[in-house]
Amino acid sequence: MLQWLGLPAAASAHAGDVDRTLALVHWLMLVLFAGWGLFFLYVLVRFHRRAHPVASYHGLRGRWSTWLEGGVLAAEIALLAFFSIPVWSARVDAFPPERGSTVVRVVAEQFAWNVHYPGPDGRFGRTDISLLGPANPLGLDRTDPAARDDVTTINQLHLPVDRPVIVYLSSKDMVHSFTLPQMRVKQDVVPGVAQPVWFTPTRTGAWEIACSQLCGLGHYRMRGFYTIETQAAYDAWLAEEAAELAQ
Amino acid sequence: MHVLPYTTEVRADTGLTSPKLGIWLFLASEVMLFGSLFSSYALLRTGAASWPDQSAVLSVPLATLNTIILISSSVTMVLAWTALAPGPQAQNPARFKLYMGLTLLLGAAFLAVKAIEYGDKFAHGLFPATNTFLALYFTMTGVHAVHVLVGMAVNAYLLVSGARMWRTEPERFANRVEIAGIYWHFVDVVWVFLFPVLYLL
Amino acid sequence: MGFTLVVIIRWQLAYPGSPVPYIGSLFGTANAPGGIVLPEFYNQLGAMHGTIMVFLGVVPLAVGAFGNYLIPLQIGAPDMAFPRLNLASYWFYLAGGTVMLASFFVPGGAANNGWTSYPPLSDLAPGTGQTWWLVGMAFLINSSLLGALNFITTVVQLRAPGMTWFRLPFFVWAQFITAFLLLLAFPPLEGAAILQGMDRLAGTSFFLPSGLAVSGRPLGVAGGGSALLWQHLFWFLAHPEVYVLILPAMGIVAEIVTNNTRKPLWGYRVMVYSLFALGFLSFIVWAHHMFLTGMGTAVSAFFQTTTMIVSIPSVVILSSLILSLHGGSIRFTTPMLFALAFIPMFGIGGLTGLPLGLATTDIPLHDTAYVVGHFHYLVAPGTIFALFAGIYHWFPRLTGRMMNDTLGRIHFAGSLVCMNVIFMPMFVQGLAGVNRRLWDGGAEYAHAQGVLSLNVPMSIAAFALAFFQLFFIVNLFASLKAGRQAAANPWSATTLEWQAATSSLRVYRNPYEYSVPGASADFLPQHLPADA
Ligand code: HEA
Ligand code: HEA
Ligand code: CUA
Ligand SMILES: [Cu+2]
Repeated sequence: MLQWLGLPAAASAHAGDVDRTLALVHWLMLVLFAGWGLFFLYVLVRFHRRAHPVASYHGLRGRWSTWLEGGVLAAEIALLAFFSIPVWSARVDAFPPERGSTVVRVVAEQFAWNVHYPGPDGRFGRTDISLLGPANPLGLDRTDPAARDDVTTINQLHLPVDRPVIVYLSSKDMVHSFTLPQMRVKQDVVPGVAQPVWFTPTRTGAWEIACSQLCGLGHYRMRGFYTIETQAAYDAWLAEEAAELAQ
Repeated sequence: MHVLPYTTEVRADTGLTSPKLGIWLFLASEVMLFGSLFSSYALLRTGAASWPDQSAVLSVPLATLNTIILISSSVTMVLAWTALAPGPQAQNPARFKLYMGLTLLLGAAFLAVKAIEYGDKFAHGLFPATNTFLALYFTMTGVHAVHVLVGMAVNAYLLVSGARMWRTEPERFANRVEIAGIYWHFVDVVWVFLFPVLYLL
Repeated sequence: MGFTLVVIIRWQLAYPGSPVPYIGSLFGTANAPGGIVLPEFYNQLGAMHGTIMVFLGVVPLAVGAFGNYLIPLQIGAPDMAFPRLNLASYWFYLAGGTVMLASFFVPGGAANNGWTSYPPLSDLAPGTGQTWWLVGMAFLINSSLLGALNFITTVVQLRAPGMTWFRLPFFVWAQFITAFLLLLAFPPLEGAAILQGMDRLAGTSFFLPSGLAVSGRPLGVAGGGSALLWQHLFWFLAHPEVYVLILPAMGIVAEIVTNNTRKPLWGYRVMVYSLFALGFLSFIVWAHHMFLTGMGTAVSAFFQTTTMIVSIPSVVILSSLILSLHGGSIRFTTPMLFALAFIPMFGIGGLTGLPLGLATTDIPLHDTAYVVGHFHYLVAPGTIFALFAGIYHWFPRLTGRMMNDTLGRIHFAGSLVCMNVIFMPMFVQGLAGVNRRLWDGGAEYAHAQGVLSLNVPMSIAAFALAFFQLFFIVNLFASLKAGRQAAANPWSATTLEWQAATSSLRVYRNPYEYSVPGASADFLPQHLPADA
């Protein structure tokens, strides 16, 4: 079923759970649709006026529609209780500790993703909207000691593989939606709401960040790039960025 | 045009006249309208970083006066209706006119006080854009004031041109006064909620 | 009108950036220089297509037109309870419609923030289009409110003697519940529209949180608002609203199915109870449109569960319709064809609602073409088909003439095929991760490349769909003038709208007494005292 659905490559630890649930729902849908569809076609042929000139007043008897409806409900409850709610709860409640994770901020704006790494000190520098400028889209206060080593990029998100990632999302202006299709991550970024998401990439690769909420004229091209690489490659990249910063 | 049944007489199996059912349904939708505004208030206030001391910003004495005015107007509205209500007692169009006139006056007084309050706020540089509380205050009282205005328009219509109907179809007219009264009480009740929520809490 | 917009949308999606042929030059250089649709114009098209179809198309047609015409006839009432309110409702509608359409011509063009008008985008949108949208909505809301009030009162008060609650045709029930949804769900949107109007005109910040910066500059507003507040208010309306779009359609389909199977509706009472359940539950599922706005386990569990439960009454109604076919003697008339097609098409739309209703599977699907496919199956080959069925079915009652069957069948077959070719690939695209509301249909994205080519057949099918509607339009007008004379009760129906009106109307039996054992005719109209 999964290949058949044609989802993007799955490259995060929880992607399998999401995909399995998706496949199961589609099985349920397929069974219901095929079952009813066949019955539907059968009655259309069998009770065509020519085949059945006089209708029966009572029609079908028996309670099996109740069974059917109960069955659908039971299947839905099972999907809810055993798949959807647990997977969801793991997404939003079971955040990994920051210590063992890669922590990064992403600030959305029309029409770009600003990425902010805390640098070696592990602390994000102060930001202030009054400092915003073309060269400083985050409004980062470089005089803050915590900000000195912070690395920032635009539309380029690099992450190491096999290590939990926590992304602190926020938006400067509109509602955007931070989407990493291959991570099975999508999170609306609502201005005024600080919103963390987490996931664990399990495969290296280079893919795209998409924006899923209409955020204005450039919504269609609010595209970023993200790269999942080995820890070594990631460290090298960060060092390179930091070196550039030092100049 | 044919006359529809149950405009004044009660339908036996439902126990209702159509206009009365209509006005109650209308009020149900009004409840949802004000309900959405009150929930917005609750949501914005609980989510706010800080909230001004409402009773310091607004004038509680003026609002108390307005509450008294509006409640009195509900009383005069009832008296206006009982002057016409069918029943053993004598119907008295003159008394109706008196009380309906009073109701209108009280409504106008309410709006006048409201205008003084608004003017005072503006004079102190307090506008809807100033902060979320004032935005809510102006919007909610504004929507309420529009409802008062509509109620006054209906009452004025009943007082002036509507009275002609008293001669031709007294029952229908008494009915209309009752319906207008139900609406007027509703507007009153909304104020009774607005007053504590905006001025006191 | 809404359809014309969509044809342009489809052109743009299939051939992004290439000029729209023939009509491209009509849009003016501000919108489409050289006939090329600009992103702002595309977004206007999207938002206005949604708004027009929902609020100016389906609601007025399914509720306003069908409801107003049929309810009094079917319950044996002399008229609607408040004829003057009806008129007022109509004028509000006209005003709202005019404002909406006129807004295309104001500086900056029409609203372009999606039919959902999420702030801050909609709050801060330049031009006056969004403000006109709000004004238009206010008119349309009041129009629906007055209409709904009238419907409920009419059904409660003006049923003919003997027309007990459980002798009401299912269509009347569906309209009755719909009216409650309109009555109670619309006012919060009106409240929300007032707040957004204040934000736009009086500079308040109900929906604007503190600390916003647009185009690199801090926004000079007080802040302190909440962008999510709008979403709650909007969806509190808009979820019941989607049932407003479907319930009248179910009502129409039920009427036509029983009439053409010549047997009573299977499980009539259970269907009515399902309507109640649907109506009630539709008020507590709204946040399933907001799973990804940051929702904890408890809240999401609540809304997922209510969403699953609300699907059950639909399953019951649809199952009953299918089971009603069993044992029938099915006549494949044109209205019946549309009504029958409604059933599996609704099935596809409804079933694809399930993965959206589970928060976990909504992660990959939210705001993708999958969602667009989901609801179009419900509203296009769903509701629109039911409306077509209704038009073919009641046309003789309205005009005394029959519509042409051959043209009707061509219209049906063409529409059915085209609709599926348009909307089925949306699921494929959505699963591949292609988002909705993209000016270029996703051409920028690598993960969309594999499914992008589907846009061409989809769009061709949309143009073909437009072509097949010509058969309908020609049929409509030609039959009006020269259609075959219809008998008084051409479909041998039992419900009151087909019976000659008498002033002393009395109702003696259930709505669908077809093929009653021992009766001389295969149908017993509701108002005949005994088997004559
Ligand atoms: C008519 C309109 C209509 C109807 C009836 C529904 C019905 C349902 N909808 Fe849908 N929905 C919309 C219109 C509608 N929806 C619109 C317009 C949007 C998008 C808004 C926007 O963002 O712009 C939307 C979006 C939407 C979302 C948000 C998705 C997202 O943005 O991520 C969700 C999530 O839960 C959802 C769920 C459901 C569910 C569970 C049902 C259930 O009620 C469905 C129950 C039905 C069934 C389960 C089918 C049963 C039938 C059979 C079994 C018979 C089969 C027969 C044969 C094969 C012969 N819908
Ligand atoms: C009732 C609602 C309704 C209906 C019927 C339709 C019908 C159609 N819609 Fe639409 N659509 C929406 C509601 C609707 N849509 C909404 C809410 C959105 C989201 C907007 C947003 O993003 O904000 C949307 C978005 C939307 C998009 C996505 C745009 C994007 O994401 O960028 C597309 C793209 O293909 C599309 C296509 C179509 C097509 C091809 C039809 C065809 O099926 C059209 C078929 C039409 C007809 C066959 C004519 C209709 C007939 C009548 C009205 C009766 C006429 C009666 C007489 C003459 C008496 N629609
Ligand atoms: Cu950002 Cu769409
Ligand atoms: Cu919904």
